[in-house]
Amino acid sequence: MIKKKDIILLLCVLLIAGIGFFVVKHKNSEAGVLVKVTVDGTIYGEYDLNKDQEVTIETEHGFNKMVIKDGWVRMEEADCKDQYCVLHDPISLGNETIICLPHKVVIEVVGGEISGLDA
Amino acid sequence: MAKKVSIIGMLVALAMILSYVEVLIPFNFGIPGIKLGLANLVVLIALYVADTKTAFMISMVRIILVAVTFGNLSAMLYSLSGGILSFLAMIVLKRLKGFSIVSVSMVGGICHNIGQILVAAAVVENLNLLYYIPVLVIAGTLTGLCIGLVAGPVLLRIQKNV
Repeated sequence: MIKKKDIILLLCVLLIAGIGFFVVKHKNSEAGVLVKVTVDGTIYGEYDLNKDQEVTIETEHGFNKMVIKDGWVRMEEADCKDQYCVLHDPISLGNETIICLPHKVVIEVVGGEISGLDA
Repeated sequence: MAKKVSIIGMLVALAMILSYVEVLIPFNFGIPGIKLGLANLVVLIALYVADTKTAFMISMVRIILVAVTFGNLSAMLYSLSGGILSFLAMIVLKRLKGFSIVSVSMVGGICHNIGQILVAAAVVENLNLLYYIPVLVIAGTLTGLCIGLVAGPVLLRIQKNV
């Protein structure tokens, strides 16, 4: 049933995706400095990743509670239906994101050196 | 005509049940929300035993009905974009020589995930979501492979009896 071309396609796809995975991982390996929260594409707020804090993001869609602790961000709580954002693993590196699609909330870690903050 | 309508109705019902049942199967890729895509089993089989138009109709009707019954309107948007992109990719691959139903299913799985993440990135207006694509492609490959490996033997038995 399985043909030779199936195996070739499978291996090619896995190889390309694997390379893509490591390229993205390498590119996004910069330590995070800042947490940027956007709702509907507009900036809701920016928070210091190295300062432990709890932020409640309230929007017309509902609320999300974000917790920053020891340089990691996670979604503690949300009143959305799917709860995917709450299940998402905590993030800490530049360009990593946690998304709450029903609320259109994106938590994004910004890496590198940000001037102006704490300066 | 009546026979065709009843067969389509039955397949849509089967696809709906599979969409419902798959929630019970835990499947974790580090990104929450990745599903096995059991309903695509029905679409795949339809693609081989019926014509393209019928298969497309089954896929679309199933997505709309599942969204209306178990989900909501925005969930339907993601399913539709994933469903349409994956369907187009599956017809293309099916027409190419040398690929079996396993590859068709695999490409369908990959494109379903890509279609959804593209719409998600557009909805939240954040291109950083596209960094998820490699993981989604790997997940789509593996889930599509599972579905394809099941679809193969099922198709064989159906074709023998029709």
